[in-house]
Amino acid sequence: MPDLLIELFSEEIPARMQRRAADDLRKRITDGLVEAGLTYAHAAAFSTPRRLTLAVEGLLDASPAQREERKGPRVDAPDKAIEGFLRGAGLTRDQLEQRDTPKGPVFFAVIEKPGRAASDIVAEVLEATIRTFPWPKSMRWGAGSLRWVRPLHSILCILTREDGANVVPLNVDGIEAGNTTRGHRFLSPDAFSVTSFDDYAAKLKRAHVILNPQERADAIWAEATNLAFAAGLEVVEDTGLLAEVAGLVEWPVPLMGEIGAEFLDLPPEVLQTSMKEHQKFFSVRNTSTGRIERFITVANRTTADHGATILKGNQKVLAARLADAKFFWENDLREAKAGMNGWLQALDAVTFHNKLGTQGERIARITALAGELAPSVGADVAQAQTAARIAKADLSSEMVYEFPELQGLMGRYYATSAGYPQDVAQVAQDHYSPLGPSDDVPTAPLSVTVALADKLDTLTGFWAIDEKPTGSKDPFALRRAALGVIRLVLENGQSVSLGRAIYKHAIWLKVLLQGRSGPVSTLHRHLVMADLRELEASAGVGEPIAPNLFQADKIEAEQLSADLLAFIHDRLKVFLRDEGIRHDVIDACLSMPGSDDLTLLVKRVRALSEALSTEDGENLLQGFKRANNILSQAEEKDGVEYSFGPDPKFAEGDSERALFTALDAAEAAIAPAMQAEDFPAAMAAMAGLRGAIDAFFTDVQVNADNQTLRRNRLNLLHRIRATCLSVADLTRVEG
Amino acid sequence: MTGTPRSFQDIILRLQSYWAAQGCAIMQPYDMEVGAGTFHPATTLRSLGSNPWAAAYVQPSRRPTDGRYGENPNRLQHYYQYQVLIKPSPPNLQELYLGSLEAIGIDMNLHDIRFVEDDWESPTLGAWGLGWEVWCDGMEVSQFTYFQQVGGHDCHPVSGELTYGLERLAMYVLGVDHVMDMPFNDPDAPIALSYGDVFRQTEEEYARWNFDVANTEVLLRHFEEAEAECEAILSQPHQDPKTGKRIIMAHPAYDQCIKASHIFNLLDARGVISVTERQSYIGRVRALAKQCADAFVQTRAGGFAE
Repeated sequence: MPDLLIELFSEEIPARMQRRAADDLRKRITDGLVEAGLTYAHAAAFSTPRRLTLAVEGLLDASPAQREERKGPRVDAPDKAIEGFLRGAGLTRDQLEQRDTPKGPVFFAVIEKPGRAASDIVAEVLEATIRTFPWPKSMRWGAGSLRWVRPLHSILCILTREDGANVVPLNVDGIEAGNTTRGHRFLSPDAFSVTSFDDYAAKLKRAHVILNPQERADAIWAEATNLAFAAGLEVVEDTGLLAEVAGLVEWPVPLMGEIGAEFLDLPPEVLQTSMKEHQKFFSVRNTSTGRIERFITVANRTTADHGATILKGNQKVLAARLADAKFFWENDLREAKAGMNGWLQALDAVTFHNKLGTQGERIARITALAGELAPSVGADVAQAQTAARIAKADLSSEMVYEFPELQGLMGRYYATSAGYPQDVAQVAQDHYSPLGPSDDVPTAPLSVTVALADKLDTLTGFWAIDEKPTGSKDPFALRRAALGVIRLVLENGQSVSLGRAIYKHAIWLKVLLQGRSGPVSTLHRHLVMADLRELEASAGVGEPIAPNLFQADKIEAEQLSADLLAFIHDRLKVFLRDEGIRHDVIDACLSMPGSDDLTLLVKRVRALSEALSTEDGENLLQGFKRANNILSQAEEKDGVEYSFGPDPKFAEGDSERALFTALDAAEAAIAPAMQAEDFPAAMAAMAGLRGAIDAFFTDVQVNADNQTLRRNRLNLLHRIRATCLSVADLTRVEG
Repeated sequence: MTGTPRSFQDIILRLQSYWAAQGCAIMQPYDMEVGAGTFHPATTLRSLGSNPWAAAYVQPSRRPTDGRYGENPNRLQHYYQYQVLIKPSPPNLQELYLGSLEAIGIDMNLHDIRFVEDDWESPTLGAWGLGWEVWCDGMEVSQFTYFQQVGGHDCHPVSGELTYGLERLAMYVLGVDHVMDMPFNDPDAPIALSYGDVFRQTEEEYARWNFDVANTEVLLRHFEEAEAECEAILSQPHQDPKTGKRIIMAHPAYDQCIKASHIFNLLDARGVISVTERQSYIGRVRALAKQCADAFVQTRAGGFAE
């Protein structure tokens, strides 16, 4: 059982691509081997900045031989048929066997495929893998046509058996596979040969290369925390940075350096971001004050002066970087203290999206929407509008221009400096949240209001210009925005009528967008807005001043709001699926009134889900379906609707009378419970009908010969249906 | 020139002799205003087509928006780039490059040199390549690129391009904190000149002109004229009616493209180009660069076989 070792040695592979590339190498090679019949015991892949390595243990020596029999035409079949069979089997006539069968003598083809040596298969699979490797970006070099992430220099490919190692013969565009590699670029640049994976890993380590990226990361972290600890400080954890740095070095040597005293008062986030983004430094903070006071850089080598020159150079570069950051911070603070108006004006000239206008226009829309939403979220209208107006002012600041990832956070610092109250300033930082599924949702009413307005404006806007997500394409992250809306509302238990908010906002947008692109004058726009307000004030009885425009906008806005709400509901299904709530249970609740209030909707959904999981609930569902089926069939057959109230005086027998009584009781309980939004009580009352309905179907034949009885019973079934449907649309529930 | 370099020009001279020793043609700067050494036709045009090429040169470069009146220790509106272009890229280009760092006095045993992913793209030239920025002790000292496409044409063979930001590199090697304090010639020369002696005044003058005085109407007109001239040159028939020779005027047309590109940079510094217009101006320059590339590959130097 040989072991296989492959190393693809190249110029520096981008750190962010290494892990994935090692996985792809392992997967593609092992898949190819197995497909060709070579199974193996174990495979592991590694990466450094200059190499991808794969070690496969316990490979078969050769693929097993294969034998295949094919039944052909009868011996006396026409020549054409026999020739066709020969072509398919790849044999000549004299290689066929004749066998007697009950239908007479028939040709058989026996195709023998001999096993292939492991080295042949490895060579073939490796070459195909190199030529079709899924790099995110690849390139050509020199005069060749091979593509790799950066120039590929050598291929090591050996099969190791107990009696020694053999190079797998392979040549890819002039690169001949061999058994040699090189160590660290500067510390051990010479080539050396290897005989097995263990030999390879050990010699690499002597040649100043730690092969396993995890081992490099662990070594960096251990040494970095030691250095910090010895100085009474702690390293700020950053797993992304650690993985990246581990991909930049083969022989990591962490070094700790000083940050100039004149920079220590910069916001810690600014120090951290500047050091991380530009220099890939770890931040080291004072455990008691939280202040960032030093940095750790990871060199790729040891030196005779123990890194003194390297550290001095890094410190100098950092000082130049931080001088820039300090310059931005001080300029920004001046602008902030002057009220940030210059920044807000500048946003009027920044395009958000060419069909959706400038950032300034967007902020105006979000401000209006925040004002609309504030009362239902329990925030002060004027404060919400102020917070929305300044929440994105920092987009004009020099610091955010330099470090876009600090948007919002800088906004909070600057709004505070501008003299805004803490909760208003906090909105600048909070209103982008939640960004991902694991991101915290803000809870302060002002933040929730503006965060909702921001996301709803984005969604409504892109819906209005028909840029909805399709398949895997969601360039404006609209699914994330919708999930943000869902989490903001649900996790804060807010009751917000989204349909209404979206509808009004869509009309706003419609009018604003028309004003941008065409002949709609400002006056016209004002007239339409006046229309909208008046119409709302008079609950739909107004006489529109610009009837055509308004009518068309209104219809479009209605469609848009229904479509967008359906999208949000779809995302809600995905969101609730993780809780184990079925999509059909949600569907059953969507047609109930107020389903654009997600908190109310989910309350209903949870209650129904709960009710349906009880034995009563399950049986009630069956009873309901039976009643509904019989009723629908009868209605279809008779061409009438049996919605006339049934009369208990026609009830025959206890079961039928009991059902009347049960329905009376259930209806009496359900109506007030629904009114009070006490869904569990309503669901329980509905599920309580189960016994009466079951007994009714056991004892009573609905389609009685007596037409009066039949009509009355069908009307009774209608009462079952109506009662259940007043709680949820059970026809949508599967099973 | 042994030992550590002592002046800005010493570093330039060392690079020149090093790359000359590696077989590059040492060319002179292009005699037009450009934003970077890549614009020199010895790079842009010569990276196209199948003919081998190896050249190195200093290119004075202008970035009007980076002007700081000579006050910022690291920023200049006029600075020097050192540029190397070898086609096809040799297999030992990284080693050759590291040799050049040693030649200017960077001791490989004391410093930490790193190749950090940085893909290069020039929207105005319709060009891109993959490579790295090279770090020395955390400082970017060069850009290292394998050209994949120029002027919309696939590069075949591929050129390897090295660009050194000379001032920054020299300041690091010489241990200088402010560019204006850097010795330009030998500090022990009878007339010792610093970088500031040579350039402080011009930095002030150009910063003022770039930001506040340049006549934007004239510049806008020049842009249009350069664009029109470029297109007019390229629309001429390939055969010259006077000599009867096949003469495609790729270089004169490319000069107009360079001119348009620099005027765009000036307009940008004057703040008269909005965000949306910006894209359209870049697109117009790119269209010119592409047409020049199309023309160049029709010439002998561009690999055209008659």
